[in-house]
Amino acid sequence: MKKTKATIRQAVENFYLVFIMIFLYAPIATLMVLSFSNSKSRTQWGGFTLRWYGEMFQSATIINALENTLVIAFASAAIATVIGTAAAIAISSMKPVPRTIIMGITNIPMLNADIVTGISLMLAFIAFGISLGFNTILISHITFNIPYVILSVMPKLKQTNKSVYEAAMDLGAPPVYAFFRVVFPDILPGVLSGFLLAFTMSLDDFIITHFTKGAGINTLSTLIYSEVRRGIKPSMYALSTVIFVAVLALLVIINFAPRKKGEK
Amino acid sequence: MSKKLLSGPYLVWMAGFIVIPLILILYYGLTDKTGAFTLANIVSIATAEHSKALWLSLGLSFVSTVICLALAYPLAMILRRRNVGKGSFVVFIFILPMWMNFLLRTLAWQTLLERNGVINGILTALRLPPQSLINTPGAIILGMVYNFLPFMVLPIYNVLCKIDDNTINAAQDLGANFWQTLTRIWFPLSVPGVISGITMVFVPALTTFVISNLLGGSKILLIGNVIEQEFTRGSNWHLGSGLSLVLMIFILASMALIAKYDKNGEGTAF
Repeated sequence: MKKTKATIRQAVENFYLVFIMIFLYAPIATLMVLSFSNSKSRTQWGGFTLRWYGEMFQSATIINALENTLVIAFASAAIATVIGTAAAIAISSMKPVPRTIIMGITNIPMLNADIVTGISLMLAFIAFGISLGFNTILISHITFNIPYVILSVMPKLKQTNKSVYEAAMDLGAPPVYAFFRVVFPDILPGVLSGFLLAFTMSLDDFIITHFTKGAGINTLSTLIYSEVRRGIKPSMYALSTVIFVAVLALLVIINFAPRKKGEK
Repeated sequence: MSKKLLSGPYLVWMAGFIVIPLILILYYGLTDKTGAFTLANIVSIATAEHSKALWLSLGLSFVSTVICLALAYPLAMILRRRNVGKGSFVVFIFILPMWMNFLLRTLAWQTLLERNGVINGILTALRLPPQSLINTPGAIILGMVYNFLPFMVLPIYNVLCKIDDNTINAAQDLGANFWQTLTRIWFPLSVPGVISGITMVFVPALTTFVISNLLGGSKILLIGNVIEQEFTRGSNWHLGSGLSLVLMIFILASMALIAKYDKNGEGTAF
């Protein structure tokens, strides 16, 4: 009796997990199917074709937007990682009161609505006299990326043993050397996941870019948004499919590659 | 001492691009085009058009938050019990969709929901009457739940993973049934994650203008659409800022909730 109950429970759970996975991945599967459809309509299957995959590299607007997206995502994630990691180290050695204030302000871009962040940055750029364009998108992305880095690095810093760092310095290591040899390897996983998270957030952002981009520059998101009314070119589905599959492959390799002996 | 200097670049950045921009919204929201102080921009939330949009936004985002919580809590419990590999694997599954552009993923729902779309195709095949799904408040709620569900699952999953198995076993050994363990042990211990999840779903759902644009047709106006139009088309930035300040009240309220229930930052999503 008890055994059947457990089996039923298992079955219900499996059913639920499958349901959620279908819910999360059905739109992605739809886009992938559409990228092979020989019809511009989003509802009609027009027969199998690879032509959108050929066309995506011929459209200057798409390539240009892709370049902007990748450069901004990479640069903003890298700069945010440097500023954020440095800040996390400083914050963790602060007294409680300034630490609480700074962490409170750090949380603002994460908890605030994107539309408010976007508008406020746009108003600031105009007040500072910075003309809207590539630079303003980059600054905005760095701004909303830094909190993700800080929040990924802080827990790792808490786990590090302060005495090891002090011991290194007692043994004559200069502080910077001691930091890179002793502390940095411990917080590296946090730094890397902060970078990856920042990169993802930047890549997926539309709303903040929408308000801070100005005319004449597009990322993939804003290009797609401007095409919604006219109808999206299927080459966009093809490009997204390529990006998605590439990232999936990369993450699978990183996560499931057989580990070398001696690593934990 | 030298460690404190490391925060220098961030402090400057924070002042320039977080604090000053927010002060500017406050300034714009409380002045008119001549720069004179006025409350008119904020009071305009009470006009029929704006208050209708606000109430609709509040309603839809409330419903989506409830649905997200109802879907996410059992999911997080199952994931914890299965202990699917490592924690990073779960994060991986929920972050992965973000690598497909957010707008395209939402547009894909158009394909699924349309009059002769995939879902109606399945209904017809089952000899059920086709439904009009697209351009309804229901479609917007679906879009919200779809886009923001990961932000509910991850914080709840993270707090649930921190609960000691022995606590659960102790409760069961002392004779607690499933329901009692859930309400007396699981739920109280997971409050930080639940609160953090609620705000991470409610705030973006309340303020979205993209989902309502893509799945609601152009007929359904949410408060986010109103603000967006003031900035991009209507170009009354003062009114747009004033309405944003009204939204900020809800955002501040949720930040206060987090500060109250999640003091140690246990309920973070990542």
